[in-house]
Amino acid sequence: MYAATSAEPGALGTRARARAEVAVIEETSRRRLFEAEVERLLDRLFGTALRLTRNRADAEDLVGETVAKAWASLDQLADPRMFEAWIQRILANTFVSQWRHRRAQREVALTAEEDGTALDGEGFSLFERLHQPFLLWWSTPEAMLETKLLREDLERALDSLPDAFRVAIVLTEVQGHSYAEAAELLGVPVGTVRSRLSRARGLLQRALWEQAREAGIVPDHGRGREDRD
Amino acid sequence: MTDESRLSCEQVLEHLLEYLDQELTAETSAEIDRHLAECRGCFSRAEFERRLKSRVVQTGTASAPESLRARIKALIERF
Repeated sequence: MYAATSAEPGALGTRARARAEVAVIEETSRRRLFEAEVERLLDRLFGTALRLTRNRADAEDLVGETVAKAWASLDQLADPRMFEAWIQRILANTFVSQWRHRRAQREVALTAEEDGTALDGEGFSLFERLHQPFLLWWSTPEAMLETKLLREDLERALDSLPDAFRVAIVLTEVQGHSYAEAAELLGVPVGTVRSRLSRARGLLQRALWEQAREAGIVPDHGRGREDRD
Repeated sequence: MTDESRLSCEQVLEHLLEYLDQELTAETSAEIDRHLAECRGCFSRAEFERRLKSRVVQTGTASAPESLRARIKALIERF
């Protein structure tokens, strides 16, 4: 059969052209599908990148690099329904490797400030602060705080966290990775992720509490006591 | 379940964030579910933490600037 076909150069040429045309159509279709998916997810990719980098220009670069890497490894995506989780993982991996590279260049270990040991946030609970007796003249002080808490308050509190803690929160809460997945992405034990998250949440809630007091959302009666805690 | 195996409020609060992160075993999660169904204080705390977590999740979406949209479009055209 193959010999007979090869004896007809005209037919072979036609078939080769047809195959080439099909390949071009498939590639164009693949690219359009990829573009549509990226477009659909762009706000989420940019938002996540912004939380990780804390800088709009760096976030744009991170998304650009992520999209290029995703296209280059698209064949590795076994299930197209997992596209979002897959590209978010590429974004996280890209950020973490850049972060490690910067750290290696600086040739420093986590400083006390960066790993949070110099910061007092362990076990801090916003809910418990809001339920101090002097605040209970509000029937539900936490609801009062929540209604006045702006997105920019949360962003500012998240951005104030040391890198290692902010990254732990973004990977698990924002991107939805399990502790084990975050540990794998970061190259650290699961216990480290767990302890970073615990401290990160304490620091985040303390930052929100401080912001709420500064904004006058909650009264400042407890400042002296807070400072002693 | 016997009373001896019921979790205290302290134990529930200790594991609350891992519970919300779905990082606990099904058995422990079910015990916390039962506790929250009966304890108003812990339930209020859990709901507060859940809503705060949801607000943190929302910060992961931000309107991508036109410059990024144009850049991504141009990038994909070159693929």
